[in-house]
Amino acid sequence: MERIEILEMKDITKSFIGVKANQDVNLVIEKGDILGLLGENGAGKTTLMNVLYGLYHPDKGHIIVNGKPLYLRSPKDSMKAGIGMIHQHFMLVQKHTVLENIALGFDEAPFFFPQRYMRKQIEEYSQKFGLNVDPNKKIWELSAGEQQRVEILKTLIRNADLLIMDEPTSVLTPQEAEELFDILRKMINNGHSVILISHKLEEITSICNRVMVMRKGKVTGTALIKDVSKVDLARMMIGRELSGSLEKKEVKPGKPMLEVSNLSVNSDQGLPIVQNLGFNVLWGEIFGIAGVSGNGQREMVEAITGLRKSVTGSVSLEGKDITNLTARDIHNRGISHVPEERIKFGTVANLPFFENSVLKKHHKTPFSNRMLMNYPNIRDHAKNLVAKYNVDAASISVPVKNLSGGNIQKLILGREISSEPNLLIAAHPTYGLDVGAAEFIRKELINCRDRGGSVLLVSEDLEELFQVCDRIAVMFEGRIMGIVDPNNCNIDGIGLMMAGLEQQNQGENI
Amino acid sequence: MSFVIIPREKATPLLNFMILISSLCAGLLAVGIVFLLKGVNPFFAIHEIFRASFGSFFGFKETLTKAVPLILIGSGLALAYKAKFWNIGAESQLLVGAIFGTWIGLNWGPSLPGFIILPLMFAGGFIGGGLWGLLPAIFKIKFGINEVISTLMLNYIAAEFVKFLVVGPWKGKTKYGYPYTDDLPAQAVLQHMGNSRVSLVLIILAVCVALFLAFLVFRTRFGYEIRVIGENPEAARYAGINFFRTTLIMMFIGGGVAGLAGVGELSSIHLHLSYPETISAGYGFTAIIVAWLGRLHPGFTIFSGLFFAGIIVGGDAIQMSMGMPATTVNVFNGLILIFLIMGDFFINHKVRYQRRVS
Amino acid sequence: MLEILTSILVRTVVAGTPLLLGTMGEVVTERAGILNLGIEGMMSFGAVTGFIVTFTTGNPWLGMMAAIIAGALISLIHAFVTVSLRANQVVSGLALTMLGIGLSGLWGKPYIGRPLSVKMHAIEIPFLSKIPILGKVLFYQDAYFYLSVGLGILVWFVMKHTKVGITVRSVGENPKAAETMGINVTMVKYLCVMIGGAFAGMAGAHLSTAYSKSWIEGMTSGRGWIVIALTIFALWEPSKAFIGAYVFGGIFVIQYVLQPLGISPNLLAMLPYLTTLGVLLFYGLSSKGQRKMSAPATLGEPYIRGSR
Repeated sequence: MERIEILEMKDITKSFIGVKANQDVNLVIEKGDILGLLGENGAGKTTLMNVLYGLYHPDKGHIIVNGKPLYLRSPKDSMKAGIGMIHQHFMLVQKHTVLENIALGFDEAPFFFPQRYMRKQIEEYSQKFGLNVDPNKKIWELSAGEQQRVEILKTLIRNADLLIMDEPTSVLTPQEAEELFDILRKMINNGHSVILISHKLEEITSICNRVMVMRKGKVTGTALIKDVSKVDLARMMIGRELSGSLEKKEVKPGKPMLEVSNLSVNSDQGLPIVQNLGFNVLWGEIFGIAGVSGNGQREMVEAITGLRKSVTGSVSLEGKDITNLTARDIHNRGISHVPEERIKFGTVANLPFFENSVLKKHHKTPFSNRMLMNYPNIRDHAKNLVAKYNVDAASISVPVKNLSGGNIQKLILGREISSEPNLLIAAHPTYGLDVGAAEFIRKELINCRDRGGSVLLVSEDLEELFQVCDRIAVMFEGRIMGIVDPNNCNIDGIGLMMAGLEQQNQGENI
Repeated sequence: MSFVIIPREKATPLLNFMILISSLCAGLLAVGIVFLLKGVNPFFAIHEIFRASFGSFFGFKETLTKAVPLILIGSGLALAYKAKFWNIGAESQLLVGAIFGTWIGLNWGPSLPGFIILPLMFAGGFIGGGLWGLLPAIFKIKFGINEVISTLMLNYIAAEFVKFLVVGPWKGKTKYGYPYTDDLPAQAVLQHMGNSRVSLVLIILAVCVALFLAFLVFRTRFGYEIRVIGENPEAARYAGINFFRTTLIMMFIGGGVAGLAGVGELSSIHLHLSYPETISAGYGFTAIIVAWLGRLHPGFTIFSGLFFAGIIVGGDAIQMSMGMPATTVNVFNGLILIFLIMGDFFINHKVRYQRRVS
Repeated sequence: MLEILTSILVRTVVAGTPLLLGTMGEVVTERAGILNLGIEGMMSFGAVTGFIVTFTTGNPWLGMMAAIIAGALISLIHAFVTVSLRANQVVSGLALTMLGIGLSGLWGKPYIGRPLSVKMHAIEIPFLSKIPILGKVLFYQDAYFYLSVGLGILVWFVMKHTKVGITVRSVGENPKAAETMGINVTMVKYLCVMIGGAFAGMAGAHLSTAYSKSWIEGMTSGRGWIVIALTIFALWEPSKAFIGAYVFGGIFVIQYVLQPLGISPNLLAMLPYLTTLGVLLFYGLSSKGQRKMSAPATLGEPYIRGSR
């Protein structure tokens, strides 16, 4: 089989309903390259790679390998052409052994005792590339790094020349990441090439020889690593001129509303994901948490709101300890929560709008007494929400699943704000919304602050954070990298902190 | 060329109803085919079934009688299925209710007047069925045991226990050779209307229970929490709902109303405890479809219960006139249920025919 | 004494055979991620088909074949409804149970009370059958016994040591991973449901043409449900299904052994069901984690292609 010497993607355009995920993107990779694909979440990196892997069909543009066009109908075609992809979430069967996972769907494995045949293959490839894994172990017994090696073995044994890796270090410890980079170097010495999707500057500069930066579906720059500085890259990634902040009342921040200290939380897998985290949110301020998602923000919010037990540390509201109380207790004490994944957690898709409008406070007056729901009051409340928050719903009786994302979010936000909480915790409240709806929601967050409440806003969108926040903390790998004043700070500094570099005394420390 | 399946945003009530009716018709068509294979004229058989159950005054009275337990149990199952708790054990919840009712009727009946003993029997039946219904709820939440298996095992256990009682310790002194308990005293027996087997009290009870459960599901805090648990457990967690407590209450009520059905059968029709097959003609299972056909709305089970009562009565009729076995009803039940869940697919999805673009 | 013991063991093995067959089938089905609660119905359907074909042709082998085909065909309904139409697997399984019981009652009506003139004969294995006790128990049984053991070992081998086994297990654990590796998930699920149906049909035919030689309505008496519980005890592993099946076979036999002691036959009849609940409770207390680990990860969930 011919090996991939040079692969080009030309003028790739791909849009999903209304959104241009990729716009005239060009990419070139040659044998022996490690190409870093840098950008924030939602910049279109993964979409581009899914096109290259045959999962998506581009609206426009084509792929050329060694000067010949390559047509991909499915991942099977791309595998045949020598392209392998390792997704951020591994495609492995947890309960099966390494052998069984690699044998799955592999045409060359024999019918009887495929495990025996695979063992030989695995040994051969393991030695060649330094991929040490025990082939008899089950996947769940392996660390994330080892699981990743299984994925790499899977693609190499299927003769992949070009390996696409989506955020490969997001699940690894620093040591494991180093080991991965050693493996990648061995691979390029053997004539393979690698595309590394990442948002971490540090790793792009340390392992890649070339880099391509994307923002909002377009390429904002390509360069050889040796020619660019980290500050350049951070600027290309964050890019935009930040628009001025929205109008806010002068509110003098008061005493601490929420105090979080030494908080440590485990992930679903039982691994530490939030580590000794501490910060205060003051009366009358919007406190932003910036950072790429997956750095422990979700687990932190769940621990504060009572949906997840914290391992150590304390959370207190207005000086009273609320650590590890139940979700209902914490809500009753005046913390409202706009969850991320609004459809999965925040609403019940098949129930009508008005019933969703009281979720989580259905047990309180005036919506119910001990036994009965007070539907006239609930309907009035729902109608108020519709009017006050501009929800576009055919009626208050439609099931929530028929509403658009923006309207669902307005419903949730309205529901959570309308009880005038002391503290509103909002996680990615404008994620995936159109400009108008996002703007509206930001203004509501500010309204909530202006009437004296506090807001903890977790977001990936720097523009949003700069528009609404009074202070912004940057979170990386479960820790706060630094806290800045949005009116007086350097955007490059935030970019560097988001990418895991220590704060370099930029902006004002609070 | 291929079919493309896309989720349907919204099914209008009319579409919902049309799909329901189509599913029913398709189910009946399939039943007709089964009859045809058996060498029976399907039109004649289906006509016979509905003529026997709804076509005559006598038949309709019989249909009403059988509708009572179906409505009681079906509305209770609708409650459980709303929370996605698959209670298949109504058959034994009914039996345990009947056991409690029998004990109260036989022991306290002779010394108490009717207006006291009858409510006591029904209360006892409700508690008995409810306690029996609590078991699978505890098993599921505290031990992780699949409720389908536990409720079924409890069915067999309760049925054997009833047999044990009626041939053993509770065997009636006046019932030589028969597996019966003694008859209930006269004041513990419900009066029939005219010369039928219909008890007006029971019909009112069944309708009231169904309406009450509908009220419970759609108007109370408990019902709201049940629906949130069933539709989206993640959101229920977010909303701070207590799963264990809510499930226990729900199964106590669901089992309890099945227990009411047991006491109803006992005090209105059989007048003594006997073999489980006699006490309940598979009501606990047929009620599953009653609940499903009622779209899990306890109030709608009044209609679906009546419909399936008709099928049972009609089934009995053709069993006698055409030599069909009693389990013919199961063919109806199975096929109609299959077509009902097939219909659900078309409520939730649109299927489009599309030429593949190359 | 020795004779009594031998006879108990012989009957245990006979009573365990349909349980073993059914459990093997359900293990295959559930391994592919489909819960089929319709075993009782499929067994019943197999029993009546096997009986009628044996009755008319006089050949119990044809009866067995017919029952296998009948079981596979009726399970196709479940496959279509749950795999293609993504319906709730619990409700579909219940519907299948009702349908199977209903159809078998309808078709079997004329045959009630008409015993077979032939049944599956016991086959004596030369020499081995002369071993004391075990010879009679293991080497002087009918073909169903030998076949069930052989098929059980085959299922174990295929699941563990072949590429097909890896494919089936992967489909139940992580259908998306299987799909990205080029496996037709839908087809695998259909086939596994039908294999489960075939096994259940065969188990039914054993009841009506070997265990007894007559057809009675309700002769499966809850065995289909016990099979579903056995699948859990076996932790979805064919090797452990052997133990479960014969232990429960023994419990069916013990009823008759204890009866002469004056215990009520009705209370004794509860034994299999009480044991099922008891063992499940014990499992729930001791090994909730292990059971969770063993259950196929996507059991009971519909798989939608291309979803994320």
